[in-house]
Amino acid sequence: MRIVLHIWRQRNANDKGRMARYEVPNVNQEMSFLEMLDVLNEDLIARNEEPVAFDHDCREGICGMCGCMVNGVAHGPQPGTTLCQLHMRHFKDGDELYLEPWRARAFPVVKDLVVDRGAFDRLVAVGGFISATTGCAPDGNAILVPKEKAELSMDAAACIGCGACVAMCPNASASLFMGAKLAHLGLLPQGQPERYGRVAAMVAQAKAERFGACTNIGECEAVCPKEIKLEVIARMNRDFLKGSWTGRGALRDDAEEVSKKPLAGSRR
Amino acid sequence: MELDSKAPTGPIETRWDRHRFNLKLVNPANKRKHTIIVVGTGLAGGSAAATLAELGYNVKCFCFQDSPRRAHSIAAQGGINAAKNYRNDGDSIYRLFYDTVKGGDFRSRESNVYRLAQISVNIIDQCVAQGVPFAREYSGYLDNRSFGGAQVSRTFYARGQTGQQLLLGAYQALERQIGAGQVEMHPRTEMLDLIVIDGKARGIVTRDLLTGKIESHLAEAVVLGTGGYGNLYYLSTNAKGSNATAIWRAHKRGALFANPCFTQIHPTCIPVSGEYQSKLTLMSESLRNDGRVWVPLKKGDKRPPYQIPENERDYYLERRYPSFGNLVPRDVASRNAKAVCDEGRGVGESGLAVFLDFRDAIERLGKHVIRERYGNLFDMYQRITGEDPYEVPMRIYPAIHYAMGGLWVDYNLMSTIAGLYVLGEANFSDHGANRLGASALMQGLADGYFVLPNTINDYLATTKLEKVDASHPAVREAETQVTCVTKRLLDIRGTRSVDSYHRELGKLLWEYCGMARTAEGLKYALSKIPEMRERFWSDVKVLGNGEELNQSLEKAGRVADFFELAELLCIDALHRNESCGGHFREEYQTPEGEAARDDQNYSYVAAWEFRGVGNPPELHQEPLEFEYVHPTQRSYK
Amino acid sequence: MSSIAIQPLTRAVRFYEAPIGKKAVMAVTGIVLTGYVVAHLLGNLQIYSSNPEQINKYAAFLHNPANAAALWAARGVLLLCVILHITAACQLWLQNRAARPFRYYKKDDVPNAYAARTMICSGPIIAAFVIFHVLHLTSGAVVRLQEIGPNEPNVRANVILGFSHYPAISAFYILAMGLLCLHLYHGVWSMFQSVGASHPRYTPMLKRVAAIAAILILLGNISIPIAALAGWLTY
Repeated sequence: MRIVLHIWRQRNANDKGRMARYEVPNVNQEMSFLEMLDVLNEDLIARNEEPVAFDHDCREGICGMCGCMVNGVAHGPQPGTTLCQLHMRHFKDGDELYLEPWRARAFPVVKDLVVDRGAFDRLVAVGGFISATTGCAPDGNAILVPKEKAELSMDAAACIGCGACVAMCPNASASLFMGAKLAHLGLLPQGQPERYGRVAAMVAQAKAERFGACTNIGECEAVCPKEIKLEVIARMNRDFLKGSWTGRGALRDDAEEVSKKPLAGSRR
Repeated sequence: MELDSKAPTGPIETRWDRHRFNLKLVNPANKRKHTIIVVGTGLAGGSAAATLAELGYNVKCFCFQDSPRRAHSIAAQGGINAAKNYRNDGDSIYRLFYDTVKGGDFRSRESNVYRLAQISVNIIDQCVAQGVPFAREYSGYLDNRSFGGAQVSRTFYARGQTGQQLLLGAYQALERQIGAGQVEMHPRTEMLDLIVIDGKARGIVTRDLLTGKIESHLAEAVVLGTGGYGNLYYLSTNAKGSNATAIWRAHKRGALFANPCFTQIHPTCIPVSGEYQSKLTLMSESLRNDGRVWVPLKKGDKRPPYQIPENERDYYLERRYPSFGNLVPRDVASRNAKAVCDEGRGVGESGLAVFLDFRDAIERLGKHVIRERYGNLFDMYQRITGEDPYEVPMRIYPAIHYAMGGLWVDYNLMSTIAGLYVLGEANFSDHGANRLGASALMQGLADGYFVLPNTINDYLATTKLEKVDASHPAVREAETQVTCVTKRLLDIRGTRSVDSYHRELGKLLWEYCGMARTAEGLKYALSKIPEMRERFWSDVKVLGNGEELNQSLEKAGRVADFFELAELLCIDALHRNESCGGHFREEYQTPEGEAARDDQNYSYVAAWEFRGVGNPPELHQEPLEFEYVHPTQRSYK
Repeated sequence: MSSIAIQPLTRAVRFYEAPIGKKAVMAVTGIVLTGYVVAHLLGNLQIYSSNPEQINKYAAFLHNPANAAALWAARGVLLLCVILHITAACQLWLQNRAARPFRYYKKDDVPNAYAARTMICSGPIIAAFVIFHVLHLTSGAVVRLQEIGPNEPNVRANVILGFSHYPAISAFYILAMGLLCLHLYHGVWSMFQSVGASHPRYTPMLKRVAAIAAILILLGNISIPIAALAGWLTY
């Protein structure tokens, strides 16, 4: 089948960028979306045009590297599916598709469909962890974890950090990403000691990274390839409010300093 | 060159303890004076970088992806082994050690494997403390399952995403150190050369993938946790970006490359659907617990599977291996699939697939049980193929999955270049000729969390390291080298894309150095590779420039290395006149068609020394001794 | 790192600086304002009482000089809530706009969340409506209001005349009530989410309850101008 693509082309961070139109005449419906882009790129190379840059790695929906907007929807039309797992059988002959990079102040475009998601790493660096220095751990069965808690924690931990939530959110908010990390750690007994400090630090950092605020629209949930639920955002809100109300760990004295400190090696 | 494994002797249970005690320590106040470079942020590299930083070393960490969380360890599905014996089913450290040595077909170092089994216990504890949401029983205790045909339940898992969860644990520990300023993280930065000064690894040359800037980073030691070379075959279960460039360039600087021909094929992957195929997706091996593998009895039978009556189906694994049936080890299952397809009985459009049928299991257990056990895998299969495995049998075919070979390291994980440490899949050490399921995660984390942070102290404490800076001739030379290679690739402006060359190489290797190898085929491949490599270097087409993100250029450098590594792989496969583990030579099989090992002549690690591109490498041998687990012939009849 | 040492004022500032803090302020003020909307509606519905004087008696009770302090206190609280609600909304809106400086060439809206997306439009129109409403039926700046006596407005007459003689005003009221309905639908379930109450079982129920409540409020409110226009109400 034949697919018409309108792709955002931008040479580098300083280039203005534009939409360019391409045709891929020989699309097989067994192809994955990225394989279709591979075919396009081979064609472009044959015509001495520079191939379209797009991020991808594992191509099995787990590394979180791939993703772009397909006709205004992050990762395309199939729910619960990353771009690499989207197959061309879901499209029709002659379809016109608009491919754009994630757009957010916090995710500057690097080239074509590639963006810099370093802000996510910095959100984790300020508190998205349990401080368990190697060697300190007691036996794995020393602390029991109720099955339901472990399952809920796992639901949230399934986040692949692809950034679709930010891309789709009308406010470019990272709340679903943060909520997922906070729920993953906050639901486990091991995560309790740092629970309120963690949420305060991450919320402060999100603001410093210029992510937007959540207005409970739910576009993030609708496009999340791992189907993470809005509940994790409610959890984050609850922990933040509880922490600031009781002063328990939340709003650490150094929260502000932490958020302002440039992180070594990070690309701001 | 004498290969000194530095493996301790004496009672195996206390070797690691005694060895650790004999290692020199670095005073805490002096640790901050040392800088260590860690390349790769998977389970091995990520855990090592985090742990070294926790100890107080300054760490510079590099990955080619946009974030350390993306390393391909993330894709591991099944689980991680640990000899906890929480099931009271007879497991022990010794049994895990025994299983691993035997499973590796007696081509691994006993001391290393025993240490791995010992440490496996600590890994689970560490990961639980970090917040890895392992599967739990209703009582709140950790759940286990049996995996890959093991007779005990020692595999810990987090749904079908164990690798992801373990990697996120290591990643979060690493981010904590980045936040604390103890690790300087360089994402989207690729290591392109190793800087060796006075025979010691002192740094690396990198290319910033966004700006194209070529830079040197100097340190007291360099740690590579850069994964395996399965992508050499073009189609593999590895991530598209996985490459051998870091270990290969270290090899060219003097690190010996061990057992490259030990590559593992995974029997249950989704088959190739066309020429455009870019990678292969693995389906968890656990599917073989309930699925039955078959092909039609008749050649070229293209009827839809449900129209083929029972008496015209050949359940070939059950027929040939009555006691293990569909659960024979990976290499046996893979070779048999290839054999029936070679007979012309393969299914699907390409004829390169066999059926994995759940009809009987669904009849016996009900659809809901199968959905509970494999629901997510069935969904994944349906997403990729558009077929419903509850109704039609799955089509599967083997694919390259893991590389047991890698840079040679001693017991301290140091390569033959002083100060160059190699961890995880990038080294050769613990899996011998074949890796057991759920052991890769264990090895990566053991190396990174517990082995290297103990052994590297000794090197730093006992080695006199001169101060060097960027003006050192060796640094200049390495930088120039990298700049020249990059420029050369850009200047060719030939006619064919990098991918087309990579695909061509992959096909050749898969055909002649894949699941089953012959001396004749290997010789043919060895005659083709140099010719192909020359064509690549004179005809590859890399558009764009080197001063910005240029994905073709990145690929070109990696494929260039694959061309050289492919030759070594075939040389090693040709030299090893025996079949063992993942290396099957058709000339060396038992009358029943099983792998025939030659312990008399090949019970050694083949470590190859680089002698220049196109020149035959020099073989060094590290003899293997088995004091505890005595070599026996594997049998799954 | 002790949090106890933080001054309460610093703590409050930091709380409000965070988007979640602002959303919590909006949720709490939203509860107060929703409560007012309901109370206001219940007061108005007295117009349907079998006793035509009922609503005027209620108005006289509210305007009784003895209740002046309470009335102004309530007005003060409401005004404060309105100011906080609007300020926080504007600040969040600005932050959110800045978070996406480049628009998409093409953007699809996946979930059906019309109400949520239009909060920023329904909000200002409702604010304008409230101002108009106060001028119209409280201060008498639009049409002259009738009084029975001092502090005894003739609410019944003012309402019926105010709507039946001015169909355009009635239409604006009905439009504004429609927007208020959308605003309340999203606001009522969303305030729970903002303060962290969400549950896989109860949240869908809550959304249904919010929808029903918003529609009931809409029906109650627009019934009055419609009844007045249709001539079903007399004085």
